Amino acid sequence: MYRYDEFDARLVRDRVEQFRYQVNRRLKGELSEDEFKPLRLMNGLYLQIHAYMLRIAIPYGTLAARQLRKLAHLARTYDKGYGHFTTRQNLQFHWAKLVQVPDMLAELAEVEMHCLQTSGNCIRNISADQFAGAAADEIEDPRPLAEIIRQWSTLHPEFSFLPRKFKIAVSGSEHDRTALKFHDMAVQIVRNEAGEIGYRVYAGGGMGRTPYVGYAVGDFIARNDILAFLEAVLRVYNMHGRRDNLWKARIKILAHALGPEEMRRQVEREFEEIRASGTLALPAEELARIEKYFAPPAFETLPDDDPAFAAAEKSDPDFANWARTNLTRHRIAGYAIATISLKPPGGVPGDISHEQLDGLADLMDTFGQTEIRVSHEQNLVLPHLRKKDLPAVFARLKALGLATANAGLATDIICCPGLDYCDLANARSIPVAQHIAERFADLEKQHAIGELKIKISGCINACGHHHAGHIGVLGVDKKGVEYYQLQLGGSGAEDASIGDILGPAFGEHEIAGAVERVVDVYLARRVNGERFLDTYRRLGMAPFKEAAYAAH
Amino acid sequence: MLTASRLRDGEAVWLGKSGWVEVIANGEIFAEPSSAEAALRRAEADVQANLVVNPYLFEVRVNEGRITPIKEKELIRSSGPSIHANLGKQARHV
Repeated sequence: MYRYDEFDARLVRDRVEQFRYQVNRRLKGELSEDEFKPLRLMNGLYLQIHAYMLRIAIPYGTLAARQLRKLAHLARTYDKGYGHFTTRQNLQFHWAKLVQVPDMLAELAEVEMHCLQTSGNCIRNISADQFAGAAADEIEDPRPLAEIIRQWSTLHPEFSFLPRKFKIAVSGSEHDRTALKFHDMAVQIVRNEAGEIGYRVYAGGGMGRTPYVGYAVGDFIARNDILAFLEAVLRVYNMHGRRDNLWKARIKILAHALGPEEMRRQVEREFEEIRASGTLALPAEELARIEKYFAPPAFETLPDDDPAFAAAEKSDPDFANWARTNLTRHRIAGYAIATISLKPPGGVPGDISHEQLDGLADLMDTFGQTEIRVSHEQNLVLPHLRKKDLPAVFARLKALGLATANAGLATDIICCPGLDYCDLANARSIPVAQHIAERFADLEKQHAIGELKIKISGCINACGHHHAGHIGVLGVDKKGVEYYQLQLGGSGAEDASIGDILGPAFGEHEIAGAVERVVDVYLARRVNGERFLDTYRRLGMAPFKEAAYAAH
Repeated sequence: MLTASRLRDGEAVWLGKSGWVEVIANGEIFAEPSSAEAALRRAEADVQANLVVNPYLFEVRVNEGRITPIKEKELIRSSGPSIHANLGKQARHV
């Protein structure tokens, strides 16, 4: 776990006092709302339907137990007892009071947390694979690089006023769990034929009103060159991004207007220029300092077949179901990665109570877990659990209401806050997620369906990643009434694709039925262990469309 | 009606006869365009006085004395998240 050095600590502390001063000036009327709004947004503070919303950065989705406890304390003391994990691995409090926000920020600073760059046209919080350092298919832990990018991009003067916001993700695995190709820019750690490690850099991905799958602008960038290369991409964007039109200002528009060839040429030209004038490279001791913080825990030598684990699987069907979907193979024998689902039946995807935050911190202490991760799918992950501890871990999770056995299944739905909270939303998304989850509540049915990514957004901004859902749902407003468009065939994984819009939108009470009918087509027509996505890609839209509108 | 967010805490408020109120039922309905315009001017003065931000007019219907906003967003704003009966304005009536 990264720990602040004196510069990080001072920067965050200074920012708290700066914002406290700005809030006081606003309350006294020395700053108008027009003057204050960009300042509050630079500190992650939005004004939503019911109250202010404070978005807290969780760099590369990694949290320590003391940070969970602080978030629990904030939820209890300043909010309404809960927080909401987002698809950017951040946490939002939806009921913040402006007068209290400086105190919230001061409390966050005590545990090395902040809200910098969680809003505004800058490089946003860096996200990373939630299985970092644990995944069996990982080449290298992506977080040291993510931390370097965080430090490099924090208050970077050249990139503080970009044409639009800029989101970066880093992954160290072949299997993409971070939606790399839907980011403005992304880095994948790769190995070449000679066995050397380097970086593949993608640019131009994005969702929103005009979704695009990003493409590689650099195939194998050497370690020492990575910041120079990322800077080159950003410079091309900063110079040529469409500042004249809010809807065309993201790098995806530029990247796809130029096309891969021209984009790569321009990036390469900038890259050469930066290199000629002296590449920014971190001193070796600073690199070593950062890498040390992400060193793996001291793993024990354990048998991979643990008898206690096997016995619990046999005797406790709930544990067996949970183990089946919520555990992922660890790179070390005798260990497992546990996904803690924040999608309980009838719950709100991504929400967590202060009791659960505290309970998880206690659980981490009991089982020697120094880190917990947030996934972009709005779940939590304990990355390094001993298999022999899992039955006890499961019992503790069950007591906390955090043992839902549905990771990767139909009810593990990504969902934005939607019109229930968000000022930008056109329609509610949470009730739709709940209706759909109800339809698939039967766990046996979920297992029969297998991997299914349902993703729901309450507006075209696509915070709920609907474009990348095997089944995507987009809420729209038609003359004041909520309707829901269905999209099929999207993927946020390494086989990234944008879902196809099925046809006319469904009413609030029709959408869950339409989703179920679409899934029924898959169940009837799948072959050879196909996932929903595979069957859709093989058959095309027609049979799904016919079924979806059959009872319409 | 006319709604805004209170500056210091972001609370959703509505313009009533004698100032800003926290419950829509206590807000004033401006049936005539002229009264709505006057309300907006009054709200702008309160924006200048740093009491509220983002004032705007929206439509409601009144049925047996009960005020219901036409748009879903205003309905949710006046009651609370539809998925949490224990949160927002609606919690005050529970």
